[in-house]
Amino acid sequence: MTSANTPLRTPAQSAELLRGHVTVAALKERLIRGVLFLCALVSVITTLAIIFVLVTESIVGVGSNTAFFQDVSVWEFLTETRWTPQYAEQHFGILPLLCGTLLVAGIAALLGLPVGLASAVYLSEYASPRTRKNVKPILEILAGIPTIVYGYFALVFVTPYLIRPVFQDLLGFNVSIYNALSAGIVVGIMIIPMVSSMSEDALRSVPRGLREAGYALGSTKFDVSARVILPAAISGILASFLLAISRAIGETMAVTIAAGQSPTLTLNPFESVQTMTSFIVNVSQGDTPVGTPSYKSLYAIALTLFCMTLAMNLLSHFIMRRFREVYE
Amino acid sequence: MSEQSQPVPHQSDEQSTVNGLQRTNASRSKQRIGVAFEFACRMSTWFSVAVLVVLLAGLIWKSWGWLDADFLTNFDSRHPGEAGIWAGIWGSVWLMFFTMLFSVPIGIGAAIYLEEYAPPTRLTRFIQINLSNLAGVPSIVYGILGLTTFVRMFGAFGANQKVLAISLGFGNLRIPLPLDRTVLSAALTLSLLIMPVVIVAAQEALRAVPGSIRHGSFALGATKWQTIRHQVLPASLPGILTGVILAVSRAIGETAPLLMVGAFMFVTSTPGGIQNPVDLLTNPQGVLDAPFEPFTAIPIQILNWVQHHKHEFEHVAAAGIIVLLVVLLVMNASAVLLRNRYQSKVRW
Amino acid sequence: MSMSFAEIVEQRQGGSVAVSAGVIPAIKLSTKNLSFFYGETQALFEVTIDIPARNVTALIGPSGCGKSTFLRTLNRMNDIIEGTRHTGTVWLEGADIHDKRVDVVALRKRVGMVFQKSTPFPKSIFDNIAYGPRIAGEKRKKVLAEIVESCLKRAALWDEVSNRLKESALSLSGGQQQRLCIARSLATDPEVLLMDEPASALDPASTARIEDLIFELKENYTIVIVTHNMQQAARVSDSTGFFFQGQLIEMGSTLNVFRRPKEQATEDYITGRFG
Ligand SMILES: Nc1ncnc2c1ncn2[C@@H]1O[C@H](COP(=O)(O)OP(=O)(O)O)[C@@H](O)[C@H]1O
Ligand SMILES: [Mg+2]
Repeated sequence: MTSANTPLRTPAQSAELLRGHVTVAALKERLIRGVLFLCALVSVITTLAIIFVLVTESIVGVGSNTAFFQDVSVWEFLTETRWTPQYAEQHFGILPLLCGTLLVAGIAALLGLPVGLASAVYLSEYASPRTRKNVKPILEILAGIPTIVYGYFALVFVTPYLIRPVFQDLLGFNVSIYNALSAGIVVGIMIIPMVSSMSEDALRSVPRGLREAGYALGSTKFDVSARVILPAAISGILASFLLAISRAIGETMAVTIAAGQSPTLTLNPFESVQTMTSFIVNVSQGDTPVGTPSYKSLYAIALTLFCMTLAMNLLSHFIMRRFREVYE
Repeated sequence: MSEQSQPVPHQSDEQSTVNGLQRTNASRSKQRIGVAFEFACRMSTWFSVAVLVVLLAGLIWKSWGWLDADFLTNFDSRHPGEAGIWAGIWGSVWLMFFTMLFSVPIGIGAAIYLEEYAPPTRLTRFIQINLSNLAGVPSIVYGILGLTTFVRMFGAFGANQKVLAISLGFGNLRIPLPLDRTVLSAALTLSLLIMPVVIVAAQEALRAVPGSIRHGSFALGATKWQTIRHQVLPASLPGILTGVILAVSRAIGETAPLLMVGAFMFVTSTPGGIQNPVDLLTNPQGVLDAPFEPFTAIPIQILNWVQHHKHEFEHVAAAGIIVLLVVLLVMNASAVLLRNRYQSKVRW
Repeated sequence: MSMSFAEIVEQRQGGSVAVSAGVIPAIKLSTKNLSFFYGETQALFEVTIDIPARNVTALIGPSGCGKSTFLRTLNRMNDIIEGTRHTGTVWLEGADIHDKRVDVVALRKRVGMVFQKSTPFPKSIFDNIAYGPRIAGEKRKKVLAEIVESCLKRAALWDEVSNRLKESALSLSGGQQQRLCIARSLATDPEVLLMDEPASALDPASTARIEDLIFELKENYTIVIVTHNMQQAARVSDSTGFFFQGQLIEMGSTLNVFRRPKEQATEDYITGRFG
């Protein structure tokens, strides 16, 4: 065994391994990497820009511009029960809008979460592979329908052909043509595909062994589904619920069309309400002069909306990650 | 063998005992719950299907007799019988063109960085979490972002609008500053809105390319970018395109952000005055002007009709919705076709 | 097996053993005290080896002993894996391949690699082979066509595919795909070919073709082949190194390693007492 490292070529010849200082090619590689990094940074900049815009218009003004909360106290914003930015006597209390939002989202959750979860259970535990193959694209179509179509559906079909016949003609309630219930119903329909597909993923990632152990103990299919699989997948399901509610809170067009534009502090689902999102649309459509408190209130509302949805999304994200850690 | 295992007596006779295997009353009620549970789950699933059927049937019913060639080629009108969606179609076409122009290259670039280059640092993890959160930000918030940064540009240009004119030989580029309520403002806003979706879809497509392809390329002395450019991107392109189409089809139906950046509800012109594809070639100045002109879009016109006080407009709205859904259907079908063809063609 | 490994070697080399034994071959690649770490786990321990030029060097040893890892340090393919590091030195003709100024791309062009699992690109046969020259800047169609033809001929694949160069490489059989990958690495005009169990996924007929090919290629190339098939090592290689638990236990002419192993571990492995 010869151990001397005798070079075959002179060092000068081997130098073709070396790059001539910084070659054009290497420079190009570095440049491309830099450009791609900037592309990735765009998403971060977007987030920062959203926060910047919302904060500078609502909390700390920049330059001569005063922010919303420099004109209106946070206390009034949170406790006042009237929201009348367009009237001569202005009141900026978010409660009516918050109430409208929660009413619609609540109705949506009442419909969308159980139905979504039940179809997830059906698709993952009961349905034949063929049924699943046929039904899943339908859910995807439902998820892809623009929200304005759901708004139309609520206004033109749900209220006159479902809510009014049942609740007005039969039960004697007074149902306004714009009402929280119709908005809640269509938003509920809208979140079904999301809940169903995320929950189904959660149910399916419960290990096979757990299922078999359940059956081995002499459980019925119902016992296994309801007592073994559902509890095991609970955090994944919870994550999907949170995301769906966050979606319902942020939903705009369907709610604007179906629930109307009256900021009233009510829990009556047959009345017209204004949500945070439909107020924002309302201001943007009107001629509110830029710089007035009523214009800037749009940013304060948007900030509230952003924080609520962000909190729920983050929570959902972390619950989901915990869930994955357990099973993957 | 036959002596050892006697066939269990058939269960037809309820009375016959089967060595403790018979159903008790308790197990029977339990079974009933099980059946009810399965029934509820099944009904929930079919509920969605039923909703879809009712929705489509209702739309067809409401639009029956209203959706014709005139509806497609007319401008909007105060008379329901004459109202059409031509301006909305052209507005949406311009919007989608510019939205794709901005979001697709940047989105794919970001995905490439995150999948192929990014070191596993905290910044990378942050970018990734940030992406999933951005996808959950309500679209109206993007609208506010667009309104402030693109339409008003933070009010940095004062009350008077300035115009930046650039002569290009065959025409003049006239860029208003701030961008104001124009096609470009809206397209930029929609680009930011769908960017997270594009990035995540592209990331998935890149991840599906097996590492062996990359190693094979590196072993031949290819640089990182050469490997991506010549191997990884071509192999993942169908997947990326599928994701892009789905993301863009989401942007087509978006209404709220367009309202925020000032889409016009009632418009009887098209951006740049371009009214048919031939104009794109014969009217270069119109093409240059189009991104900086006011616009409407299909969903905005629908909203206008939905909110109209005249009752007949609900039929016009239904016709508009059918047009929108057909556009979406075509896009989704092409995405599915693309995906299927690619899946059957390339097997690693 | 009917023939001992030593017999295989002797039969194969016949008179030529004596000739090549007389000449001290030039050293193409050498390592000194090369250790390699995947994060915390050490996969190579102080490997010192000299790999002669224009020779086939076989690396044998039980699975997981670090053969692939070692091979991949020779053209720095391990750089791609995150969290790895090495100590010690690798020289290619006296040049330290880990020198800061070394361009890995240039290194990998000179030190080609063929993987265990064939990795044809999802492109045409032609494009697979032309890929290396193309990324190196070769654009002329005629030159590319010449390269493709000569590489396919050298890889003994030309006769089978000459009339369907435009077809997808994925349509080839497993053995053909592997020869295509060999042809592909020849197209960058390397000096060294690293082969990581190139025939382990192939049927005996394809394996024989690859072995013939290796035998022919050593006229012009320095070949390092990892194999856990000892008959293969005996059939194709001139020198053999035995790896065990990340260490190079023994290295010498194939004849000596198989006939008179110096180390007990080598003998145990060769005689099939473990592994
Ligand atoms: N990418 C990797 N990450 C971490 N450990 C690895 C990796 N590749 C190989 N190893 C470890 O290094 C050791 C040597 O592996 P390898 O070089 O593949 O062995 P061989 O090719 O001889 O079978 C093994 O213990 C293996 O588990
Ligand atoms: Mg190996």
